[in-house]
Amino acid sequence: MSWQPSSSSSQLESAVLEHADAAYNLARWLVRSDQDAQDVVQDACVKALRSLETYRGGDFRAWFLTIVRNASFTWLRRNRPHQGAGGDDGPDPASLAAADSNVYDPAAIALRAADADLVRRAIDILPEVLREAIVLREMEGLSYKEIGRIAGVPIGTVMSRLARGRKQLQALLTADMNAEEGARDDLRR
Amino acid sequence: MTCDDNDVNSLLTAYVDDELDLATVLRVERHLAACDACRARVEAERAISAGVTQSAVCHRAPDALRQRLSQTIRTQAGRPTPTAGGPRSWWRSPLTISGIAAGLAAIIGTAFVVLGPLASRGQVNQLVDAHLRSLEAAHLLDVESTDQHTVAPWFAGKVDFAPPVVDLAAEGFPLIGGRLDYLGGRKVAALVYRRNKHVINVLIWPGAAGPAAAAAAESKQGYNLVRFECEGMTCWAVSDLNEGELRHFADLFRAHRAAAAAATTRP
Repeated sequence: MSWQPSSSSSQLESAVLEHADAAYNLARWLVRSDQDAQDVVQDACVKALRSLETYRGGDFRAWFLTIVRNASFTWLRRNRPHQGAGGDDGPDPASLAAADSNVYDPAAIALRAADADLVRRAIDILPEVLREAIVLREMEGLSYKEIGRIAGVPIGTVMSRLARGRKQLQALLTADMNAEEGARDDLRR
Repeated sequence: MTCDDNDVNSLLTAYVDDELDLATVLRVERHLAACDACRARVEAERAISAGVTQSAVCHRAPDALRQRLSQTIRTQAGRPTPTAGGPRSWWRSPLTISGIAAGLAAIIGTAFVVLGPLASRGQVNQLVDAHLRSLEAAHLLDVESTDQHTVAPWFAGKVDFAPPVVDLAAEGFPLIGGRLDYLGGRKVAALVYRRNKHVINVLIWPGAAGPAAAAAAESKQGYNLVRFECEGMTCWAVSDLNEGELRHFADLFRAHRAAAAAATTRP
């Protein structure tokens, strides 16, 4: 038999390491703590090893990120239950309508968006599912189809989450950042 | 489309991300041409999208994590004799082995994608659009035949090249016919194959796609696209078939043509 456990595990190892940045980035943005994100990715790696039989070929990154995503939300439910992780699909309709009705000045947004620290803080206070969509799209460059597969939602939901996530980022960046706490309250109320 | 549509935000977002089908893109662009407010929304959305992407707010996996991952895989996967019936007996199951084999195939597949210059998003849109058009009533086939010797000559005089046609019925991909199609304003040959209930369109035109002859794959709106080269022509297989089978189809297609070419040059 030509198949060798040792060579396969080294191939698996290089596949996981190839996507370690994407996995850690997603977990880090979701759980918002370095050490916890490392634990979540490690946990996801063990789960991936145990469920290799569910992997049917195709996109390894999407398969692995799905496990990382689910491990992150499990962690959030356990450790941050009061935030309603995964259940709450966004802020209340009134604040959403307020964010949607405004048209923001592209030049002002471009200026604010160049401030990495500002952008980071704005992303940090988005609801989890919107944050997840933004991270997978803007940082990992995934297609709607891939994001839908990872988050376990239809493409239409990916579309509306991205639309809402970007609208809220625009609102947060455009708002006077000195009054950031106020903006946070408005969005999360 | 109007600014008051419920889904206008989603549509503009998908437009910015180049995730709409051609017909909807045209619909959105007609509206944008006449609506300052929505143009500003698109600009603002592009600005925020580019800002997040360029602000370098990605977190990189710390070295300590990478070492932990390596160690986990080595200790868990490298254990050839797990406790019988224990939590790690997954390792010995044939399913696991096939899973790993599939994993390896995927890793190799990723390498192909990196090697081949990817099609522009515009081209991918056009290809998917051609596939969708073909599925509309009475458009799929101009010549209906399972015989490659009927389909291949049919293109003579209709296009200025001779598209490669192969018979893959024995491999489970029966030829069902061909037609003329238009892609970006040029005439292309379309061959139509079936895999169970899935239709595969192979769109062919002369000229190499780029320096790398390796296959490239794309996916869009649930459709998979695999590019390959055959006898100096660019071929794109488009289908709702899964990527693995579509790649297999592309490999068979090339292998059959290579075998046919070798047979004819033999004395």
